[in-house]
Amino acid sequence: RRHKPSAPEHKRDFAAHGGALSGSHNDTRSFFNFSQLVLSAGHLKSPPVLKHSKVTYFEVEILDVQSKRQICIVDKVPPSSTLLDVKQKFHKACPQWYPSRVGLQLERNGPYLKDSISIQSLAVSSIITLYFTDLGQQVSWTTFFLTEYTGPLLIYLLFYIRLSTIYDQVESTKNFRHPVVHLACFCHCLHYIRHLLETLFVHKLSGGHTPLKNMIQGCAFYWGFTSWIAYYINHPRYTPPSFGHRQVSFAALAFLMCEAGNHFINVALAQQKHSGSKACFPSPTYNPFTWLFLLVSCPNYTYEVGSWISFTVMTQTLPVGIFAFLMVIQMSLWARKKHKLYLKRFYPEVRRKAAMIPIIF
Amino acid sequence: WLVLGIAMVRFYMQKGTHKGLFRSVQKTLKFFQTFALLEVVHCAVGIVRTSVLVTGVQVSSRIFMVWFIAHSIKQIQNEESVILFLVVWTVTEITRYSFYTFNLLNHLPYFIKWARYNFFIILYPVGVAGELLTIYAALPYVKKTGIFSVRLPNKYNVSFDYYYFLIVIMFSYIPLFPQLYFHMLRQRRKVLHGEVIVEKDD
Repeated sequence: RRHKPSAPEHKRDFAAHGGALSGSHNDTRSFFNFSQLVLSAGHLKSPPVLKHSKVTYFEVEILDVQSKRQICIVDKVPPSSTLLDVKQKFHKACPQWYPSRVGLQLERNGPYLKDSISIQSLAVSSIITLYFTDLGQQVSWTTFFLTEYTGPLLIYLLFYIRLSTIYDQVESTKNFRHPVVHLACFCHCLHYIRHLLETLFVHKLSGGHTPLKNMIQGCAFYWGFTSWIAYYINHPRYTPPSFGHRQVSFAALAFLMCEAGNHFINVALAQQKHSGSKACFPSPTYNPFTWLFLLVSCPNYTYEVGSWISFTVMTQTLPVGIFAFLMVIQMSLWARKKHKLYLKRFYPEVRRKAAMIPIIF
Repeated sequence: WLVLGIAMVRFYMQKGTHKGLFRSVQKTLKFFQTFALLEVVHCAVGIVRTSVLVTGVQVSSRIFMVWFIAHSIKQIQNEESVILFLVVWTVTEITRYSFYTFNLLNHLPYFIKWARYNFFIILYPVGVAGELLTIYAALPYVKKTGIFSVRLPNKYNVSFDYYYFLIVIMFSYIPLFPQLYFHMLRQRRKVLHGEVIVEKDD
């Protein structure tokens, strides 16, 4: 009930009335109009012509998904707000559930709603009921990757310096270290430093979160395997590769090429994401390392797998081979998923490409 | 398995002792226990509705016991614990396979169902005890002969100590056994008592 809209409308009425007045209208008519004016001035009904939309606030009722108990009601939610705003208001009401930890569903077995969904699209009435699940302690993707990659870097170095608790000291000081051991340390550190720098400066991480459990599992895998392989490579009784220098140099060269390739692909992907257009498949540039885009839809995984296989050949250590094998399996699964996504999005270009290994897969 | 059971009983009645029993039944045992790998295939393909993981763990632990402990470490074949788990396995398998067979024929006598879901309460812990005792008895021989172990230095820069591996296996029974046991208890409650866990729905 506003006075404001009625004022211009009221003026218009008056003008209409005033316009209707012609010279021939006598006083009674003008008095009649005047009385109408007085009456319409007191009229508080907003006419259908200029409908100023009333802002209907929504109320979001949040129930626990298991007990169906009501946890709280978030009221005064403007229709233009998104689910993220609701989560933030919910966080203010219940401080222990910060927004990234909150999973909201429309039905009890439905999918979790995205943060960017607008409240308007969910509403069937002015009260919306959502079911809440605690997604558990969350960590940001940046933290996740930084922890996952710093661990192996430091662990390998601990083994490299041959801590007395790990290796027998007498043997350690006596034995001459084959140059491949130093080279392996250098390559391993290079790989993880590159990953760390890319996480910090190249990758545009969406700022999303992942449950803490995932981080623990990932770290356990990487850190565990790094300890295992570092133990054998830096062991005093390490046996250098059977084919000697030729094998080492060839493998080291392949490793460096794969590292460079991986780096350039990541830069290309990040640039494409940055320029905003996900409208076309990344195209190869003058850089020869990006030419793999012609053959394969996920060349970053190809190069990663290549790095680990060359590292295995360089050190000729079975545990590294096992680790490389597991990485191949993991990368193939990810590559296949991504390839399916690309097929849906960029069908004509991607059709003739393989997912990860040229021609074969 | 009935064949195995009868062979074992006959041997004991003839010889009066359990020494040498394993040697006499080992061929049959190995044949039938290895064939149990088919069970995992059945689960993977989908003919049987049990989970692949549970069956896989069960079958692999059996195969491990038969081939990697009892067959490879000949000195422990006359131990009492071997007889213990052999007897347990025989009874369990006879009950289980009769249960499956009658189920497929759609003519399941109640006592077989009762046996399958009640015997394990005693047999399972006894069987586990037998297996653990056997592994424990095998440890000194493993340490002495260094069987299945690989030492540094070698061409592939890897080492594997079967002795410590066995110790890890023994400790792994601690988390795994209760899980399998409670799984069976839950199955039992579901099948025998028709207890259905109802979700409180308003």
